[in-house]
Amino acid sequence: MSGMQFGIFSVGDITTDPTTGRTPTDASRLQDILTIARHAEEVGLDVFAMGEHHNPPFFPSSPVAINSWVAAKTERLILSTATTLITTNDPVRLAEDYATLQHLSGGRMDLTLGRGNTGPVYPWFGEDIRQGIPLALEKYALLRRLWREDYVDWSGKFRTPLQGFQSTPRPLDGVQPFVWHGSIRSPEIAEQAAYYGDGFFANHIFWPASHTQKMVQFYRQRFEHHGHGTAEQAIVGLGGQVFMRKNSQDAVREFRPYFDNAPVYGHGPSLEDFTEQTPLTVGSPQEVIDRTLGFRDYVGDYQRQLWLMDHAGLPLKTVLEQLDILGGEVVPVLREEFAKNRPTTVPDAPTHDARLAAAAVAEAEERAEVAS
Amino acid sequence: MTVTRRLAVVSGGLSQPSSTRMLADRLAKTTVAELSRRGVEVDLTVVELRDHARDLTSMMLTGFASPALEAVIESVTGADGVIAVTPVFSASYSGLFKSFFDVIDPAALEGMPVLAAVTAGTPRHSLVIDHALRPLFAYLRAEVVPTGVFAATDDWGSDAGDELAVRIERAARQLADRVEATERSGLNGDPWGFGSVASGFEGFSPG
Repeated sequence: MSGMQFGIFSVGDITTDPTTGRTPTDASRLQDILTIARHAEEVGLDVFAMGEHHNPPFFPSSPVAINSWVAAKTERLILSTATTLITTNDPVRLAEDYATLQHLSGGRMDLTLGRGNTGPVYPWFGEDIRQGIPLALEKYALLRRLWREDYVDWSGKFRTPLQGFQSTPRPLDGVQPFVWHGSIRSPEIAEQAAYYGDGFFANHIFWPASHTQKMVQFYRQRFEHHGHGTAEQAIVGLGGQVFMRKNSQDAVREFRPYFDNAPVYGHGPSLEDFTEQTPLTVGSPQEVIDRTLGFRDYVGDYQRQLWLMDHAGLPLKTVLEQLDILGGEVVPVLREEFAKNRPTTVPDAPTHDARLAAAAVAEAEERAEVAS
Repeated sequence: MTVTRRLAVVSGGLSQPSSTRMLADRLAKTTVAELSRRGVEVDLTVVELRDHARDLTSMMLTGFASPALEAVIESVTGADGVIAVTPVFSASYSGLFKSFFDVIDPAALEGMPVLAAVTAGTPRHSLVIDHALRPLFAYLRAEVVPTGVFAATDDWGSDAGDELAVRIERAARQLADRVEATERSGLNGDPWGFGSVASGFEGFSPG
């Protein structure tokens, strides 16, 4: 797998199917997501990313546990998150849990850090949402050190100091898991991603494309400023939201009740307005291909495209059909088209093997420099 | 060189024609006349919130404005002065009026000269300006002129109407003072509040 990665992400909402009135249980949704994740690999997708929530109507409080299970049942799929809460989790636990997943999956994992926007979740974990940005900055700074340094002495504002602490297991092959920083509207988070040379994942679902464009442009400029390469070498991921049927009208007819009652935007804008104003695409596979290829026009050549597929009460059968269309008709064309005119200087999407190879090269160069 | 100032009128009436809009128009006309007497040209925008009722609801749910509503919000937050007029519903401003001020960025009206005005069926609601509108604009850190204009039904067809005209004149003069003095519209920033934050970065260091 080179160039771009394509996949799906799930926020793990438990929503009544508006067409049947049936509400899934935690148990059924959890089983469904395992089926969906495995099917993502079966249809040839590259990435599955699981959300993290600690309040109903969401079920996935432990994406690392879900991803570990999926890792054991798959062979190629990269397991990521959407997002791992950097604000309310202890960075020590995150370092340990995700390093463990890195070993279990043979390096087929990365993670996307996010702050979480549900006020009460913060105090449940002893934190304060008003400190969201400082929490994200301090906790990630520690998380990164725990993976990169064998013994860490640390003190900060938001957790007990550490003296001579070693988090175990050490990262696979000495390469820390790749990190994306996700944000809808905080430039501080884009700056954080740029500072470390990490990836930036733009949600790209709820807001107009012009907004995503600004965030990504800012991240790219700052990536270059911090000396990680040129702006076009920054690592960008995008969300997206689609619903497809062979005929466009059928897609609209079938998806409309789910859209109209969806937890986030339901009962608000019309499906037509929302598709016009945001990247949501409801139509034929060709329409999805055309729209997705257009993303490159405003964010540049990028590395990862994930779609939200299981949400708003869509039944499992429908979600699996959507994956069939995505993997069968859409992604193969996108791989081919996105590869065209892609400058060779634009990095491929991050994988453990590529990062291991890059680390070996960097080490050899360093040794050569010391010797000379 | 002629000085130009941007004035935005926000009218929260529901019926058409509405007495709220009538009051808004009189306040606007008087303010524009006062400013032009002082040699200030006025770029006037009138926002009938009724026309954006759907978009306001959508924005409350999605968090972003439709292109039409975004233009309206920019015309208000980027103005040098605002005339805000609402009918009294259930002893306060109308829900539609409040919705507009709920969806704009809480810092977007900081320092904004505001003339607060209210229409009602009876004079018994006359304190709505003071117990509802002033606290709202105080929260938004806007600068409300001392004279609020309240018009009950009676004011439109009685001797009391003369007093209304006097209040309108005084309020317009007070707003004109502040609009003339401010240079707010020249400082207008990014509607997302993004540029200002992003440009503030001198660099980044963790911890």
